[in-house]
Amino acid sequence: MVTDTLSRVFAALADPTRRDIVARLAVGDATVNQLAAPYDMSLQAIYKHLRVLEEAGLVSRPLGRQPRPVRLEAGVFDLMEEWIERYRRQAEERYRRLDAVLAEMRSEENPEETEK
Amino acid sequence: MNTTITEAVIAADPKLPIIHITRDFAATPEQLFRAHTDPEIFARWIGPDRLGTRIDYWDARSGGSWRFVSTSDGQEHGFHGCFHEVSKDRLVQTFTYEGYPDGVALETLRFEDLGDGRTRLHASSLTDSFEGRDAWLASGMEVGVNQGYAKLDGLLADGAV
Repeated sequence: MVTDTLSRVFAALADPTRRDIVARLAVGDATVNQLAAPYDMSLQAIYKHLRVLEEAGLVSRPLGRQPRPVRLEAGVFDLMEEWIERYRRQAEERYRRLDAVLAEMRSEENPEETEK
Repeated sequence: MNTTITEAVIAADPKLPIIHITRDFAATPEQLFRAHTDPEIFARWIGPDRLGTRIDYWDARSGGSWRFVSTSDGQEHGFHGCFHEVSKDRLVQTFTYEGYPDGVALETLRFEDLGDGRTRLHASSLTDSFEGRDAWLASGMEVGVNQGYAKLDGLLADGAV
């Protein structure tokens, strides 16, 4: 379940225009027209990018205010952080085993030295 | 510069499907190099289980290739790749998890001598796509989670918990 969400997030962020949109929304909400302004592409194309971001849960377009602003959903990034942290812990576990092996290598090389 | 990185530090680049890991070791660059290139030493720490790593083939020369199999809970996970460049302070190799045989990561390991028998490892893994990074890491996570449960089982059996 978590993996599915993350797959969509990473797929959505694999595109440079969508990453740029996300970076700009990190500064603040924007309308679709504001988002489209710097790009040399049709409004239709921008809507398509926004749909991908929306389906990945990265952005939302809350009802109410007109024109509807596009908003970054920060929660998805927490999920990514959690996932990266899990990966980090895994790497750390591996490196602790390497620490132990390196200590063994040291004592094999210098048998006179007392190792902890 | 003089601060010690005793716990692995990780950075995921938002613009490239790359992951950087930095970690200090109480070892010389030469020892760290051997721990990554000598198959017997490598099998002792790569894990997940100490006894669960079987080296299939291993030719740690520029242009050589490697494969190992991790066994956990009766399940086998195969990994293979090529040693692109093997030099004393830098290792460049490819990495494929056979559960996702189309995916391949380019790994660069740098051993920075900090003096006094300490070495900083700079590891970076570049995958071929964001989806590839996702799939690859998610698979590793699964192995890690299973391994965690197995360890907990061991502790419970020992009466330590």
